[in-house]
Amino acid sequence: MEQIQTFFQLLPQQLVNGITLGATYALIALGYTMVYGIIQLINFAHGEVYMIGAFVGLLMVVYFKVNFFVAILCAILVCVPLAVLIERVAYRPLRGSTRLAPLISALGVSLFLQTLMTLLMGPNAQGFPQIVKDTIYTVGTVKFSLVQVVILVVSSTLMVTLHMIVKFTKVGKAMRATSESYETANLMGININRIISFTFAIGAALAGAGGVLVGMYFNSIHPMMGVIVGLKCFCAAVLGGIGSIPGAMLGGVFLGVAEVMGVALGFGTYRDAIAFALLILVLLLKPTGILGKPIQRKV
Amino acid sequence: MESIIGFFNDPYINQVLTLTGVYLITALGLHLITGITGQFSFGHAGFMSIGAYTAALLSLHLDTPFILNVFIGGLAAGLAGMLLGFPSLRLTGDYLGITTLGFAEIVRIVFINLDITGGARGLAGIPKNTNLTIVLLLVVLSIICMYRIHNSRFGRALTAIREDELAAEAIGINTLIYKVKAFATGTFFAGIGGGLYAHLIQYLNPSDFGVSRSFELLNFVVLGGLGSVPGTILGTTVLTLAPEFLRFVKEYRMLIYSALMVTMMIFRPHGLLGGVNFRKLFLDLVNRRLARLAKTKDVGGK
Repeated sequence: MEQIQTFFQLLPQQLVNGITLGATYALIALGYTMVYGIIQLINFAHGEVYMIGAFVGLLMVVYFKVNFFVAILCAILVCVPLAVLIERVAYRPLRGSTRLAPLISALGVSLFLQTLMTLLMGPNAQGFPQIVKDTIYTVGTVKFSLVQVVILVVSSTLMVTLHMIVKFTKVGKAMRATSESYETANLMGININRIISFTFAIGAALAGAGGVLVGMYFNSIHPMMGVIVGLKCFCAAVLGGIGSIPGAMLGGVFLGVAEVMGVALGFGTYRDAIAFALLILVLLLKPTGILGKPIQRKV
Repeated sequence: MESIIGFFNDPYINQVLTLTGVYLITALGLHLITGITGQFSFGHAGFMSIGAYTAALLSLHLDTPFILNVFIGGLAAGLAGMLLGFPSLRLTGDYLGITTLGFAEIVRIVFINLDITGGARGLAGIPKNTNLTIVLLLVVLSIICMYRIHNSRFGRALTAIREDELAAEAIGINTLIYKVKAFATGTFFAGIGGGLYAHLIQYLNPSDFGVSRSFELLNFVVLGGLGSVPGTILGTTVLTLAPEFLRFVKEYRMLIYSALMVTMMIFRPHGLLGGVNFRKLFLDLVNRRLARLAKTKDVGGK
């Protein structure tokens, strides 16, 4: 009983923590959902792009003593060409092949990047230096640390930018057309390859930024960090309805809040299972996710 | 002869071959689900772990015979597969894949948190009952099973579902029931493989049955040639032995392995033996022989 009481007292604080965590999930989930929306591929290498973003951020901070903003920028600058390269080498030759072939190829890339980073950086977790002051702001009973504020501001800025790009620019319009049907988009004179590369680039930029933010938040990064976070974020994308951009944001935040609440309720050891249990539950109730469109079955 | 027996008695070779056999039985289960029925399962290792832990706990706590334990392990995994199958096989393609993956992760985390499974420390002291002879016997049995299933009414229904689910439904196949049956059978094989694995390695840890193991099993089935039993055998053998042969490159082993995965898919997206029809190859060969024979006879006659 007492536990439940303290839980409700801490509810606003837990919500803030959950939303912060969820915002980083949302950033990564967006990459999954956009790529899936266009080429129906679970891009397993996306989690590794996020991991590499975190490492680039770490190297910049340690060796060049830059501030977090520059670190995020550098991470984006490395991740974008990397993701475009991955798409060019490992996915493009397999377009129009069976469903499983690009999936295995994606797994191969993911394993390759994990091994490569383990060789380069060592298998152990590395501390992320504190680059944002540990100031704490108090609003009522809720405490915000400066890192949390930074994460919320940066991720919402990125998400709003993404929304603007997709909604109001020519390239965004082309992206939406391509995800409707890429044969038709091709007939309308859209350069499909360019749009797909662009989609990978945007996803990678968000993941790279997410990597640095998570590194700052949890103070620890390692070459395997992309695996479980990648899977969870894919879950978030499916939860929200895969292919839908607002869905991924919603799914990410939902998952973050659920995870923090789960831990607060005493399921700490089951932390990683919460995302998957939630996913299975939601899919059983609504097979295409919260904001997903129903699948049409045609002969 | 002596040297051949010596070769198989070498503990290292023996262990590697037995392990290949164990993986092969597990992979054949996945072959039935993914290769024949066309359903994505990214959580096969989860079912393997259910079988492994069930069999190992039976061996440790009850005095039941080893083969029975492995069989019960298989049944437990099959039951879990059936229970997961009924609600989730309504989903299609990647949704099903991600659900099975989630299920396997949940199983892993539950095993980490349970007391009876030894938690994260793992379960040690399992008797070593699995040997090459038993495994070979079971491998042959599984392969026969696969061929029997493939050529039965049940197998043809599964192939119909893989080719076009809607059309299969239209000709009166109850797709959900058939998919659940296929899933349960496939996970049963995973459980058998798990039980054998437990009694071979003698130590179980939930982290052995994580996502990477599931994807490894998927690799076995896809790289050899999806939907083909010889393909699955080849894929499993090559990929289990490859890391052993790649030991000389030491830490670059996984780097090469993963690069091979990508290049393999680019150059042979249907797998090594994908689309190869052995019966046709054999008949072609025979026909060509006969034609040549007939030709020489003609020439000789003149």
